[in-house]
Order: sequence, then structure tokens, then C-alpha cells
Amino acid sequence: MDASAPALSVRDVTKTFQTPEGGQVHALDSVSLDIADGSFMVLLGPSGCGKTTLLRCIAGLEAPDSGQIDLRGQRIDDMPVWRRRVNTVFQSYALFPHMTVAQNIAFGLQMDKVPSAAIKRKVEASLEMVHLSGLGSRKPSQLSGGQQQRVALARALAKEPEVLLLDEPLSALDLKLRRGMQSELKRLQRETSITFVLVTHDQDEAMAMGDQVAVFNAGRIVQVGEPREVYLRPNSRFVADFIGEANVLTGRLDTYGLVIESLGLVPRDRLLDGTLLPAGPVHVAVRPENVTLDRDPVGTAKVTDVSYVGGDIRVEVQTASLTIVSRVPSQRVAPPSIGDRVSVSFAVESLCVVAD
Amino acid sequence: MTELDAPAGATTRRGTARRARRGVGAGLRDFPTFRAVSYLVFAFLYLPLVFVVAYSFNSNRVVSVWRGFTFSWYAEVLGNDDIQRALINSLRIAFIATIVSVILATGLAIGLLTMARAGRTFAWTLIGAPLIIPEIVFAIGTLALFVQSRVPLGVNAITLAHIAFCIPFALLPIRARLRGVDPAVYEAAADLGANEWTIFRRITMPLLAPGIVAGALLAFIISLDDFIVSYFLAGPGGTTLPVYIFGMIRNAITPGVNALSTLMLVASILIVSLSYLLTRKRR
Repeated sequence: MDASAPALSVRDVTKTFQTPEGGQVHALDSVSLDIADGSFMVLLGPSGCGKTTLLRCIAGLEAPDSGQIDLRGQRIDDMPVWRRRVNTVFQSYALFPHMTVAQNIAFGLQMDKVPSAAIKRKVEASLEMVHLSGLGSRKPSQLSGGQQQRVALARALAKEPEVLLLDEPLSALDLKLRRGMQSELKRLQRETSITFVLVTHDQDEAMAMGDQVAVFNAGRIVQVGEPREVYLRPNSRFVADFIGEANVLTGRLDTYGLVIESLGLVPRDRLLDGTLLPAGPVHVAVRPENVTLDRDPVGTAKVTDVSYVGGDIRVEVQTASLTIVSRVPSQRVAPPSIGDRVSVSFAVESLCVVAD
Repeated sequence: MTELDAPAGATTRRGTARRARRGVGAGLRDFPTFRAVSYLVFAFLYLPLVFVVAYSFNSNRVVSVWRGFTFSWYAEVLGNDDIQRALINSLRIAFIATIVSVILATGLAIGLLTMARAGRTFAWTLIGAPLIIPEIVFAIGTLALFVQSRVPLGVNAITLAHIAFCIPFALLPIRARLRGVDPAVYEAAADLGANEWTIFRRITMPLLAPGIVAGALLAFIISLDDFIVSYFLAGPGGTTLPVYIFGMIRNAITPGVNALSTLMLVASILIVSLSYLLTRKRR
């Protein structure tokens, strides 16, 4: 994060829910996060990890039990929803069914007491921005899902919020439409330079859209970073597993290096941060594209599955105790067949020692 | 009317059945008995109404013997002072009961939104129960309560009781409407800068409006048609139209009763149709 003041700063926010059985769930467990001005932040995690709760706390739809949320240096967590200069695009779009598209967009501006001539201009401009010019007099029910999504966006953006919050906005769209909306959202974010905070459980979406990705698990933020950083240098087994595919191997770190069961030893000085890590049992994450398989009649691994994924070949092999996945571009090699014996090797630089 | 339509409907349906037989083979729809049963049910339901309407135009003073066509019973009924007084009572009660019960039902429906789930389910069950409680029980209970607490019987007592039993009916369409609204809509309104009062005025009320109108018409018709509760609580000067009709037939069934019943039937059908159209249109 750079030196400029963050647009949004979340400090030690905790939120606990009561379950119907009388138990307690830590939806947010002392979460802190800085979001840079004008950036696209993605909150990523499995369902129930707290990412949506954080979004609702920022919006004011949920009150945190403790902690502080600042918007441009001003504390907002004790402000009512309608006073906060943040707006939300809801997962269900939440368009007002009894109003036309134009009335939907005008609603927020009327709340700000914008003069009606200016509202009219702004509604037109917003519709144009999301490519819906001419549909202002339609009712939401007369629009497709993708169009409703755009209206919800236009309605929130028309208020020119300091931060735009998006709660799984693309989850109801089909795959092709979703891809289109992803780049559309990126474009809108660049053009308006409004800070976007998007919640998703889809890691591909997070990687494609975020300037920064915050990975959530069980009410905590596990890792924050650029998508590439999070992918290449996961800091935990959870992140390695959740983002992309990873082979997570168990090993031991001793004074000389890393010993991976049935695969060999890597000297400490060749590991990233190798000299800093304490000795003991560790997990090692290796991305499938960093696993090389060579045909070897006396190899220790046997091919158990071969499939095509996009332009890649994904090969699963079985060693004495492990299943390892390898992925190579399909035009590079002739694929092995099931039952072939191979030897397995890794690019040492790509090994990533992760916490449990 | 239904009787006349039935043969025409039957021929077309027989046609489709024949086509279906050629296509898919014999099915349940070709089984002849059930068609007869459905005609019988319709006859069973509507014959009494047909009788009432037809004989309201009978010029013979003896109800069951047809002599000729006349409108004179309608003129007589409409010109009767007692009937006019009873009608005014009925309308006044229905009007006040409708307005008050709809306001209470709307407030209740919105209020229950904020209740915890378990409590809400229980509350809905409790409120719906009067729909299946025997009306005579409710009538006796109300009478006992009013006598005990010295509420004078009459129009005001009937109005109070009607307000009470109209609430669950008024609530039915309001609740159905409220259920169809995505709760995120209220959050979106708040998010866009609306406070509670603005949300109520610009989001909640317009969305509920068709349900409220339908609930009002339903409450109105239920109150207007009520006999048992009104009869128990009528007292002196509290005679409503159904109570008056009951008094009329105790002496003799005159064609005047038929005319009056037909008028009430027409009014009910009009109101119910209106309610149906209003709830359908804004879907």
C-alpha cells in the first residue's frame, strides 16, 4: 500500500452473530484493512467467511460489535446508513419494482435534494454510461438480468459515492455475460476513478478484476495483496488451496534444508526466505504448472488421469503416498497416457513454504 | 347460466379428448364419470343462486310458483324505510370496520417484519386462527365480553366486533404482497440516502398499495355479508341488512327477500371482482 491516505480504513472490526441454536459465530474476528483511494479491492473467500458482513458493516446495514471504520479520515461506523457517502450494488439488484428505470436512478439524487433539471441530466448520463440509453421509461421487470444489473450500477454510481460496494454482483449472470460485465466493471472503475470494493467467492473473478485481493477465511483476513502476489506467494495452506490449484505437500525443515517426503531435499539457501524460517514440519505449495513430468520407465509416479482444461493438459499422477497434479500447455508436449511411469520434478524457485 | 354453458363446453372438451386419444392413447381424461361429477358440483353450487335470482323477477306473491316477469319487488325493496335503515347500518359498519381493520392489518404486517423468525411464525399462526374458528364461538364470546363490560349492544358494538374479525381477512392480501417484496429493496433505499419515514412513504406503501386495496375490499365484503356476529350484537336499532333479511324470512319467504338477496349478491360479486383485478394487474 502506498503512502497516500487510504480511502477506507477498517480497524479491528469484530461482529458476532447468534445462531438459532444459541451459539455464537464470529462473522468478523478483529478484521483490519486499508483500501487505497481509486483502487479496485476484491474481498474473496468461501461462503460464510465474513466478506459480505464486512461489506454490510461498511455500508451501515450491519453494526460492528467493536472496531472502527473511517472513510477518508472521517469515522463512519456510528453513522446511519443514509448519511454515508458509500453506495451498494446488491446481489439481488434490489431495484424498486414500482418505479421506472429512470425513477430508480433518480431516487438517490432526490434524497440529496439535487434540483430536478440536474437529476434529469444525471439520469441520462448514468444510463449512457451503462449503455442503457432509451430504456429509462421501462420498468425493471421488463429488463433482462444483465440490464437490471446495469441499472443497479447506474443507480449507485449516479450518487458519485466515495466508495462503491458490490455484493457478489455477477453471481446471477451466466458465464458469458459475467465475463463481459467483469471488463465493463473494470472500465467503469477506471473511468470514474471511484474506489470499488467487490465481494466474490469466485477466485477467477477476483484475479481478473482486483488491483488488490483480500482473502478471507472464517472471519479473518488471511492475506492481502496483488492477485499475482497472492497466487505466486500464498502465505498459508488455505490461500494456496483456495486460489487456483495447488499441490500441498508435507515436509520438514531442518538446519540443512527442506525434506519433502519421497521426493528429495532442497537446500535452505535455495528457498525463498529459506534462512529465516524456523525448523519443524511445514507445508509446501507447488502450482501444477511448475510440476514437470518426464517419461521414465523406472519413475516413482504413475499417471492416473489425463484431461484437457482450456488450452492445457492436466495430468494427475500417483506416487507411493501422494497425488500430484501437473499442468502444461497442450501444444508443448505429447500427453502421457494413463498407466505411464514418470518421474516428477519441481522448479525449486516455485516452491512456497506455507503455514498450516 | 352455468347450466346453459355446460353442453357447449362439453362438446369442445370431447373434441380435445378425441385428439389426445389418437396421440398419446387413452388417459384419465377419457374416463366419463368425472366429467359428470364436475357438472354436478357446479349445479350443486350454483342452483340455489340461480333460483334466488330467477324468482326475484317472479310476479307471483307465492314464491315457488312462476307467473310472469316483473321488477316490482326491486321497487318495493328499495322503497322500504326499514330496509333502507338496515342498509345504512350495514354500510356504516362495513365502512368503519374496513378502514380501521386495514390500518391495523397494515401496521401489524409491517411491524411483524421486524420480529425474530420464531416469534413471527407464531404470531402469524395466532392471527390466522380466527379464519377457522367457528364464527358462532366468536359471536358468543364477543357477546359475553360486551355484556360483562357493559358495552351497549347496537351498531357500535357490531362495528367493534367487525373490526376484530376483518383484520385476518384484510391481512391475507397485504401479507401476500409483503412476502413478494425483496427485503434488500428497503436496504437499497436506505443505502441511497432515504431515512425510515421516506422509505415507508416512497417504497413500502406504494409496494403494498395493491394488497391494501384488495384487503380493504375483502374486509368490506366480509363485514357487509356477516350475519351471525351482527345478529348476536344487534340490540335495539342495530339491525343490519342480513339480520333484516333473516327477520323477513321468519314470517314468509316473499319474492322481496329474493330481490334483496340478488342485490347483495351482485354487490358482492362486483367487489370481489374488483379486488381480484386490482391484485392481478400489478403483478
